[in-house]
Amino acid sequence: MPGDDIDTDRITPARYLTAITFEGMEKALFCDERENMPDHPIDNPAYNGAKMLFVGKNFGSGSSREHAPQAIMRFGIEIIVGVSFAEIFAGNCLAIGVPTLMASVGDMNRLISHTQKTPETEFVANLENLTVSHESEIIQVKMLEERRQSFLKGTWNVVAILRSNLPRVREVAEKIPYINNFRA
Amino acid sequence: MSERTLYDKIWDSHLAARLESGQDQLFIGLHLIHEVTTPQAFSALKENGSQVAFPDRTVATADHITPTLTQLRPFKDDQAEAMMAALEQNVDEYGVRFLNWGSGMQGIVHVIGPELGLSQPGMTIACGDSHTSTHGAVGSLGFGIGTTEVGFVLETQTIVLNRLKVHRIEVNNQLKPGVYAKDVVLRIIHDLGIKGGIGHAYEYGGKVIENMSMEGRMTVCNMSIEGGARIGYVNPDEATYSYLHGREFSPREEDFDRAVEYWTSITSDPDAAYDRETEIDGATIEPMVTWGINPGHSVGISETLPDPDSFESEDKKTAELGYQHMALRPGDPIAGTKIDVAFLGSCTNSRISDLREGARVLKGNKVKSNVKMLVVPGSQKVKMQAEEEGLHEIYLEAGAEWRGAGCSMCLGMNEDKLVGYQRSVSTSNRNFIGRQGSPRGRTHLGSPALVAASAVEGCLTDPSGMVRD
Repeated sequence: MPGDDIDTDRITPARYLTAITFEGMEKALFCDERENMPDHPIDNPAYNGAKMLFVGKNFGSGSSREHAPQAIMRFGIEIIVGVSFAEIFAGNCLAIGVPTLMASVGDMNRLISHTQKTPETEFVANLENLTVSHESEIIQVKMLEERRQSFLKGTWNVVAILRSNLPRVREVAEKIPYINNFRA
Repeated sequence: MSERTLYDKIWDSHLAARLESGQDQLFIGLHLIHEVTTPQAFSALKENGSQVAFPDRTVATADHITPTLTQLRPFKDDQAEAMMAALEQNVDEYGVRFLNWGSGMQGIVHVIGPELGLSQPGMTIACGDSHTSTHGAVGSLGFGIGTTEVGFVLETQTIVLNRLKVHRIEVNNQLKPGVYAKDVVLRIIHDLGIKGGIGHAYEYGGKVIENMSMEGRMTVCNMSIEGGARIGYVNPDEATYSYLHGREFSPREEDFDRAVEYWTSITSDPDAAYDRETEIDGATIEPMVTWGINPGHSVGISETLPDPDSFESEDKKTAELGYQHMALRPGDPIAGTKIDVAFLGSCTNSRISDLREGARVLKGNKVKSNVKMLVVPGSQKVKMQAEEEGLHEIYLEAGAEWRGAGCSMCLGMNEDKLVGYQRSVSTSNRNFIGRQGSPRGRTHLGSPALVAASAVEGCLTDPSGMVRD
């Protein structure tokens, strides 16, 4: 999916946000632009069953809608590699278990043109040594160390951990002056 | 302690735990929720068999899908009705305060938070909406979050975050007539780029920000996210305290004095260390308007459109796509571009000062006959105040539509949408392709004064000189 600054309104247009579940959200994926673009990468049969999405800079900018990463994940994508990601989008991806890996502009352009020329190429992403590779090339990728650890330790689904810290959370809250609206 | 920013101080006092991954678990002082990004979160809560951990620190309203013509139920749109019913059921079941129409306090979540004194300095505020950065105007940290994270906050009143760097942006000197907060933030985004804020919180300061009204500061902080910064804030000062004094949820009497003492203590230290600093001369800021497909694609209203070759690599492609989508040509002046729709509203510019600003331009003028103008107050309270001042009469006499509170045409999630290739001038925050509800629709962002002036002339127009008292 080449191009920079692809915002979440483009990924999942707002009219798909009125559903009260994420079920079937993959149908919304880039749906408006796919209508006018018969050769859209999402519809290219050569990429059928793809699990990795290659993107440019600032992917997922704009609205905080989790519908965007949900649509990508439900479409079958398990990992996104790009030059950079918008803050909230990357947080949403982590929260639902989709790693976002960052590569240099040069490496990213090569990955994208390689997959355009030979879409059948099998790529491997390795979070342990932070690489994305195919048979003739290995590139280094980056990821916030804390996010990487979440995936390596299998703790990206943090709700149980957060819940177990609730007694501590209540202690911290008690010390914050506004918690009782400054009543003496 | 010294050398700490407001960001550092709030972060440290809200830190509940450092997780094994190295991320921080932060306590959230205020959780604002609305109909769109919560149903799945409440479903998860139900599945986990959990309760809302701090129901008193959670406040709900309805804004995104709400019709602005009539709030009669059931809504015409079945899905919107189902979504609204889900929110009603959830707040009822989990004991969350719901500021619905009957409360007289309903409105866009980022308008009512500060307006009711819910949002206060020193707080961490989270909401399933990227424009939560707005609340930074009162000296809080406002985090836009996704739905899974909304679930975390419901269940534990915390979110998991990585600490951001802090970029101090000083706007000094003073603004020219006809230049407003919206122009300031569009200029900041123009200069720093829409990716410039990634990984950073923006701290706004300098003479222009100090002299700006609280509502102006909200407009600036609101669009931090459009520059890539998840958070934007202004250190609280006398203007903040007098704004908050006497509001529904503000502390009262001696409690208020204690609050001010605390609020003052969390401002950035004079010798605070910043990761990056930028200064902009406020006197050089023009009335701004966007021409392309992201909020960084802007020019002064008197300028001509930039050459795509002046952009670097991929940005050039985005600019070319922008020209194609907007049907504009490099080198042409932006002023004079014909419009079909004028929208005054959204969490960026729908507060009373925005409605006054638009009315000053429209007074005694008429909206051009082929232009549809929508004026949508940000909250029921803003609407009431405007009607007390007679602003609605100015708008109605000019031929604009005067609507009920909601997000309206900012985002194409309710009945207010662009149709086909319609071109709008809008006080909202995003000119993304398809944003205002039509995949082919075209959006120009500007201040309320610029939107009103353009509505009168039927084309993008410099508002300086059209402002009457």
